[in-house]
Amino acid sequence: MNFVLGAATGLNTGDILFQLVMFLILLALLKKFAWGPLMGIMKEREEHIAGEIGTAEKTRAEAQKLLQEQRDMLKQARTEAQGLIENAKKQGDLQREEIITLARTESERIKVSAKLEIEQQKEQAVAAIREQVASLSVLIASKVIEKEISEADQEKLINEYIQEAGNAR
Amino acid sequence: MHHEAPLIDIFGLTFNLANMLMITVASAIVLIIAVLSTRRLAMKPTGIQNFMEWIMDFVKGIINSTMDWKDGGRFHVLGITLLMYVFVANMLGLPFSVSYNGELWWKSPTADPVITLTLAVMVVGLSHYYAVKLKGTAEYGKEFFKPFWFMFPIKIIEEFANTLTLGLRLYGNIYAGEILLGLLAASLATGVGGHLAAALPMLVWQGFSVFVGAIQAFIFTMLTMVYLSHKVSNDH
Repeated sequence: MNFVLGAATGLNTGDILFQLVMFLILLALLKKFAWGPLMGIMKEREEHIAGEIGTAEKTRAEAQKLLQEQRDMLKQARTEAQGLIENAKKQGDLQREEIITLARTESERIKVSAKLEIEQQKEQAVAAIREQVASLSVLIASKVIEKEISEADQEKLINEYIQEAGNAR
Repeated sequence: MHHEAPLIDIFGLTFNLANMLMITVASAIVLIIAVLSTRRLAMKPTGIQNFMEWIMDFVKGIINSTMDWKDGGRFHVLGITLLMYVFVANMLGLPFSVSYNGELWWKSPTADPVITLTLAVMVVGLSHYYAVKLKGTAEYGKEFFKPFWFMFPIKIIEEFANTLTLGLRLYGNIYAGEILLGLLAASLATGVGGHLAAALPMLVWQGFSVFVGAIQAFIFTMLTMVYLSHKVSNDH
């Protein structure tokens, strides 16, 4: 068996030239149509990623700042709320005290006026009784004087008058 | 199974039409793959764009392992193109070969020493060109006498040895693979017994050839970068 591949008889100078030219053409075409654009996009991506990383870092810092701000604000709001509650509590206590004292004085006043009224009524009643008793005495005296009456009759009479007085009252 | 090459002479240059066909096919496939995969470029890569970017990063890794990116960045495009071209060229001869009128038309272009040596000479030539361009002629000349002046002949031999090994390693691997594939294919055609005997080794060898083709493409690109860095970098 005899394989003859390529240059078995002398040098194929034409092949050399052809291979060289073809390779250079291939190189040029690939550079223009394939590798160039591909390298371009890879470069672009590299820059894009670098830019994105930069942006992400900046955004993160900003977010951190905002977070800190929010935290501060929250803390401030909390202390403010605490203050408000404290104030309200104090105010409530004050108001309670006020209401209680007001009620106390009011009740005192009402009690005093009630007592006064009771006293007055009592005095009035006593005076009325006194008056009644006086007029009754006068009446009894006049009756006694008018006619002699027995002891028993007298007793009976007094009782009668007292009864009368009680009914009239 | 006697294959001749379809040769023609134009302007005193000998052209192998089969090589020309296969070089064109390989170049076209690389170009089509590359252009198709970079048609719809997106910031967020999907599908085949990912694959291409992986290749780019892979070649970038090769370059970075041999030299500074500051020096090596300019060879990125060359590296990717070499890797893909050599890989596709290695693969072309694997599934089948076509011969017409006793002339072999379809094969790996890299199974021809003329082609691989052309690429090797191009690479070494580029390394000299960039050495002069980046370091100046004086510095470039001095490199041949370092570390001792009497190393000069060895240095000269090294340049030729580099070129030859770079080209012939690729050629040898791919050519050997194709010979074995050819032998197995010939056995397949001998009859039922030959068919049964050769089917499994054929399968295994084709799988192995894919591996070898990929490895050789990687080695070719790697050595290209090593030679370039030897000439371009200052720390040697």
